Amino acid sequence: MKAAPFEYSRPAGIDEACALLAADESARVIAGGQTLVAMMAMRLARPTRLIDINRIAALSYIRAEKETIAIGATTRQCVVERDPLVAAKLPLLARAIPWIGHAATRARGTIGGSLANADPAAECALIAVTLDAVLAYRASGASHEVAARDFFIGPMITTLPAGAVLTGVRFPVWSGKVGTGFHEVNARQSDFAFVTAAAQVELGCDGACKRIAISVGAVTDFPMRLESAEQQLKGGKLDYAAVKAAVTDALADIDALADLHASAEYRKRVAIKLAMRAVADARDRALGKTVQDTAHAH
Amino acid sequence: MRIELDINGAVRELEVEPRTTLLDCLRDQLALTGAHAGCEHGVCGACTVLFDGVAVRSCLMFAVQAQGSAVTTIEGVTPGPGELSVIQDTFCETHGMQCGYCTPAMVLVAHALLADNPEPTRAEIVDAISGNICRCTGYAQIVEAIALAAERMRGANRPKDARK
Repeated sequence: MKAAPFEYSRPAGIDEACALLAADESARVIAGGQTLVAMMAMRLARPTRLIDINRIAALSYIRAEKETIAIGATTRQCVVERDPLVAAKLPLLARAIPWIGHAATRARGTIGGSLANADPAAECALIAVTLDAVLAYRASGASHEVAARDFFIGPMITTLPAGAVLTGVRFPVWSGKVGTGFHEVNARQSDFAFVTAAAQVELGCDGACKRIAISVGAVTDFPMRLESAEQQLKGGKLDYAAVKAAVTDALADIDALADLHASAEYRKRVAIKLAMRAVADARDRALGKTVQDTAHAH
Repeated sequence: MRIELDINGAVRELEVEPRTTLLDCLRDQLALTGAHAGCEHGVCGACTVLFDGVAVRSCLMFAVQAQGSAVTTIEGVTPGPGELSVIQDTFCETHGMQCGYCTPAMVLVAHALLADNPEPTRAEIVDAISGNICRCTGYAQIVEAIALAAERMRGANRPKDARK
């Protein structure tokens, strides 16, 4: 369980990191390293060079930018977890973050690292897709953007071009009567998810659904928006029967992941349940009701 | 590569290979074997140390990344030679350990928790140690040890206005 030898660079800026990355196709960027270092220990990853972006100050921030909250790529998950701006403006992200790994891995793990790693079970990826976040990256001296929905294309596979460094992510902030819901099922608290579900709704003054986003994670190769369910539920009251029908319908034909821990059939069944609960929680919170989160103490 | 680390309050200069984890550096080069090597891929938590005061897994960091940072291991939490910290004491009293393999990490996680939250609920204690595997105790006595330590530390001599 020791990593193979590699060269180590600690660039001072983003463009220097990009240049180092472009110069060696077997080089890898390291941020929090909470997946990469384990992969290297198991020799599932053998980069020739690690480009450590942890000390590039310009990549660590949380700030309001117009109607969004922008988070720098190397912002630690534990920092996001405790950030008052995130709690106030991105309650869905705040709700999901404590489910990532453990406190000791959130202390190192970064938002950008989780997004670039693109694990199908990753909470950050799920929330980015749910909220239609926009990811920013830098490649050959130019800045680019990509929608979260176009970024994740497979398990641990993204559309980030070779030689590009993810620099940050912007989450749109919803206003009005907004509520959020997040649910996860795993073997042990904070272990990899078997199924995750997230929902955010905005209700009109009449209590009807004005805007809704629903996603499930760890069920398919990358986070999946339940667009057909969103279409069906918009304008309605989000009552139990309607939500059940819409969510069941949206997940009817999916090809769910299967492994030793959870069969495809199980994942699909749980995904329907969790998506229903996430929508119900989001609706109730938008109505001002108090809904207890499961499992996590904070 | 040459690195400089603040280890348990003393600055140490070392030569490390980039691939040397912080854990291996502590154990093999600094003889701080209280940081235990368990799974070596981030699952068991036995290698937990305080990195700039925060609990992290030392097997999931390379030593070169720690350049200029402060690392506290179990060897650094005692108030003096032959003494135990309040938390180490309560682990003894409540039988919060059996084989001892997970213990240094559990104690360090407890230090990090109580530094941040002097009055944790049971759920918060459970959450704090959830990343650390213990195969002996069944965890109940570990939770008890941390709760008892929290109570003692709250009652310790501190300026009146610092008390909650």
